[in-house]
Amino acid sequence: MNIHEYQAKQIFAKYNIPTPKGIMVESVKAAVTAAEELGGPVWVVKAQIHAGGRGLGGGVKLAKSLDEVETLANEILGMTLVTHQTTAEGKLVQKLYVEDGADIQDELYLSVVLDRKSEMPLIMASTEGGMDIETVAENTPEKIITIPVDPAIGFQGFHGRQLAFGLGITDKIEQKNIIKFAEKLFRLYMDNDAEMIEINPLVKTGNGVFLALDGKMGFDNSALGRQPEIAAMRDLTEEDADEVEAAKYGLSYVALDGEIGCMVNGAGLAMGTMDTINHMGGTPANFLDVGGSANAETVAKGFEIILKNPNVKAIFVNIFGGIVRCDRIANGIIEATKITDVNVPVIVRLDGTNAPEAAEILKNANIANLIVGDDLGDGAAKAVAAAKGE
Amino acid sequence: MSILVNKDTKVIVQGFTGKEGSFHAEQCLAYGTKIVGGVTPGKGGQEHLGQPVFNTVADAVKTTGATVSMIFVPPAFVGDAVMEAAEAGIELAVIITEGAPVKDMQMAKAHATKHGMKTLGPNCPGIITAEECKIGIMPGMIFKKGNVGLISKSGTLTYEGANQVVKEGYGITTAVGIGGDPIIGLSYNQLLPMFEADPETECIVMIGEIGGDLEIQAAKLIKEQITKPVVAFIAGQTAPKGKTMGHAGAIVSGSAGTAAEKMAALEAAGVTVVVSPAEIGKAVTIALSKLSK
Repeated sequence: MNIHEYQAKQIFAKYNIPTPKGIMVESVKAAVTAAEELGGPVWVVKAQIHAGGRGLGGGVKLAKSLDEVETLANEILGMTLVTHQTTAEGKLVQKLYVEDGADIQDELYLSVVLDRKSEMPLIMASTEGGMDIETVAENTPEKIITIPVDPAIGFQGFHGRQLAFGLGITDKIEQKNIIKFAEKLFRLYMDNDAEMIEINPLVKTGNGVFLALDGKMGFDNSALGRQPEIAAMRDLTEEDADEVEAAKYGLSYVALDGEIGCMVNGAGLAMGTMDTINHMGGTPANFLDVGGSANAETVAKGFEIILKNPNVKAIFVNIFGGIVRCDRIANGIIEATKITDVNVPVIVRLDGTNAPEAAEILKNANIANLIVGDDLGDGAAKAVAAAKGE
Repeated sequence: MSILVNKDTKVIVQGFTGKEGSFHAEQCLAYGTKIVGGVTPGKGGQEHLGQPVFNTVADAVKTTGATVSMIFVPPAFVGDAVMEAAEAGIELAVIITEGAPVKDMQMAKAHATKHGMKTLGPNCPGIITAEECKIGIMPGMIFKKGNVGLISKSGTLTYEGANQVVKEGYGITTAVGIGGDPIIGLSYNQLLPMFEADPETECIVMIGEIGGDLEIQAAKLIKEQITKPVVAFIAGQTAPKGKTMGHAGAIVSGSAGTAAEKMAALEAAGVTVVVSPAEIGKAVTIALSKLSK
């Protein structure tokens, strides 16, 4: 789960991690009031969306007067921001963060992420602040310092020294400041079950203080149950509405841009089904994992979500029943055709537990548009043919 | 022969009396697995499914001599359960539970390693040695005994792959589900050498997916150490970047962890890489028929 910059900065404040002062607003009028309260003389008006690259997309701008704050707030609020991290349709800006301008002497990069290789949190830092870290990693990997921190021992002095010297910080007070900063950041990461925290840029001010100018945070979804304050920060308007709706029914759904709707049990088989369709010359319209406890209701919901997509020309139901019983899925399909108007061909491949019973149920139901696939390859081939109108 | 578990393996169940634990323990018993007891704190001294219940893993190990634990406790308690098993002298913990916090798994896996305990999962279907021992939630009837070893991040692709192998007239030695979380226990690089050393395994199927670089590491190991033919499939060739595809670890971050990158590395290591899981069975048949020539 990701949160907004302004929320990340609320969490930074809790840990005494320095940030410029700022206020989140949802109207132009409130933006001006916020700017007055902050005092200026310069302000930054920032679009609040869950995606990086906001500056390049025109969502972060500097204002030198209250009039300018008003003009910029007017311009950014309600705009659809397209960045390299959003879809081509972009994201509607509904919230702004008005922030005091900072005295920037140097721009650095600092993050904490889970390193899957060492299976530990990894502190990453670079002198190349303000740039996309992927680009830095590709062009000048020697400019990135990585420090794995074993959670069993926590952030120690030597981690801090590796960081400070690695960044080429020589001033004693600045060294102390950056080490304190990183120590607090690491604690924040561990305390809150964060998955990643990225500060880009981390700025050094004229008087040697380090400030989090930006803040991006993502959290482990599996830990939200014990992090109620973090869970409360979830902004559903930033997420795909169909994915959110699907999740309510225990379905894992991701929209794609093809023509064949997929309903599969298990994430691996669901991806494998998409891949098979692709290799047979078709295009998958979605990823959909119905999960281990699929029943008539969830299958019907799955059909409803798939069919909301107007590009869908056929649906491939591919189930390998282990714990999921095929007869229950078959009944689900029949229920679904009663509840929702399934107006495209449905190719069904059911294998595994109770598959013969399921075949019998489907045969007796006599549903128009229903085609049986014998195995994964056969089912996918029939789905591709059906989508092409063959 | 087989790897890790066989008909003599003594197994306890953590979360024995819960709904999931009970259901699957019963299925495992029916398959022939030697489940010798279980742990549910507060229910020590009772009997469940004809087996003794203990308050702690230490008690269970002391009384039953179990070496493997099948873990079904709720997600928030998985870390605790794994660490308890490690300190009680369990040799392998098979963690079925889905949704354990990543931080807990970091701590638990490190602690397990310190105590010499292997782990499988979390969020995995478990391990099965065909017609001998099933520890987990796999549908047992698919797995006929044979000469193919299988390692997979995905549960249903394990079933799909095993089913195709059996339909081709072959069978399975041991099938291992390693799970698709960001932090998992035993993985390709620990399991591949075990299959290499197992005299009955003649061919290995490995099923991977997008995210992380375990398959890339496996390619390196295969090139250096594995002489048996390997057939591989990587799920998620058509998955979009930056989206988690069901499994918490199945995500292409930036340009890292793509299916294309993994497939190329495996191919370069001499692995037969299939583009669709529908082709696993046939690829195994070709690999095995080459061997008999």
